[in-house]
Amino acid sequence: MSVVITLVYYLICVYTIVFIAWNFIKTKDWQKAALEIVVILPFLLRVLRMK
Amino acid sequence: MKLNIGKIVMVVLLGLCVGFGGSEMMKLRNFKEPVVKGPGVTGMGKLSDYFPKLKGTWGDSDIFFLDSGKPGATALLLGGTHPNEPSGVVAAFTMIENATVDTGRLIIIPHYNRSGSTATQPMADYVPYFSIKTPWGKQTFRIGDRLVNPLDQWPDPEVYIHYPSKQMLSNVDARNVDRTWPGRPNGGLAEQVGYAAMQLIKKEKVDWVVDMHGAELLYPVTNCMVVPDKSAVMAQLAAMNLTASEFEVHVEPSPSNFHGLSHREIGDFSDAYPFLLESPDPFLDQPTGPKTEALEMDGKDEFLLVAAKKGLLFTDYDEKGSSMEKRAGRHVTIVEEISRQWNDQFPDKPISFTSPGFDEFVANGIGPYLKDPAAAGASNVALE
Repeated sequence: MSVVITLVYYLICVYTIVFIAWNFIKTKDWQKAALEIVVILPFLLRVLRMK
Repeated sequence: MKLNIGKIVMVVLLGLCVGFGGSEMMKLRNFKEPVVKGPGVTGMGKLSDYFPKLKGTWGDSDIFFLDSGKPGATALLLGGTHPNEPSGVVAAFTMIENATVDTGRLIIIPHYNRSGSTATQPMADYVPYFSIKTPWGKQTFRIGDRLVNPLDQWPDPEVYIHYPSKQMLSNVDARNVDRTWPGRPNGGLAEQVGYAAMQLIKKEKVDWVVDMHGAELLYPVTNCMVVPDKSAVMAQLAAMNLTASEFEVHVEPSPSNFHGLSHREIGDFSDAYPFLLESPDPFLDQPTGPKTEALEMDGKDEFLLVAAKKGLLFTDYDEKGSSMEKRAGRHVTIVEEISRQWNDQFPDKPISFTSPGFDEFVANGIGPYLKDPAAAGASNVALE
């Protein structure tokens, strides 16, 4: 069960990365873009299995 | 156009953060500490020998056997239960490399929480390594996280329910191998590690277990042994002898209603007598200066000194600090003293060994007791 939950959490992370990246591409507000770059970092590190 | 250029710059910065930051994390994840198998080492194993499900996981810690070949007691020593308290790891390394066992058997696990030793604590802002100078160069050790690496067990539950007591504990303690004793085979990695260690204790008929930790000076349970009732007489006599002859140490009772800790569950779920050692480690305290390698090694901090002068600490502390030599040396010397008390209590099942400890480390440093892996030959070196 714990393996399934972990996989679901990784999928949520991937979804969040795609969601943030899409918003980053579409936004015309540089402050929002900067915020999205900061927010996406920990999700990337987790999905890449670095931290 | 300007925004697009800005976005490109941001993505490049993100890539640099992931690249540089990530490479440091990967380096720590895969960093190896060489340990030379000393004259007392007669064999090696792994936790997966006692619970095959751990094979190939980051919880499959190495085990070193130091067997005299003469019948007697068996003692299990655990270092690195909390990898951010590395004095236990250093004590274990020096014993693996130097101890000779005359009667009975020592079993040593230098990195009980191997997974946790491969990551640092998020937001804690401390150095990931420290080095000890030796006659042949320097030996570098990892400073890990208190908990199992989240890459190996994730996510944390809303509330961690300890098995089998069903006591509710902090959610992060699901990854704390000193809250998951006696473990279970179908739990998370931390519970599986605890289960494997309990199988080891039962299969090898371990008589007593010492779990070597460090603790904050601002925390009441420091500079002490924590033991359940069954170990109390030996611990009290050991503390009296050591306080009279070597250094101050006191005994704290293991709470009977606080579950998951080695000093509670090992005694309750096996025949072994548990002892948990806490050496005072300034690196763990929060009101200190930067968490540098010097603070880990020397244990000198001006803010703790102020706290000491105001009577806020739970142990003596002065300008000399609480060095690694003192902290690791305390562990070894307390283990030796426990063995003497064990022999008095159980003369039919003795254990005796010699190893450099507190006096030698304080006088000479730890370096002379760490052996050169290059000179030992590959077959005599294990990579931890």
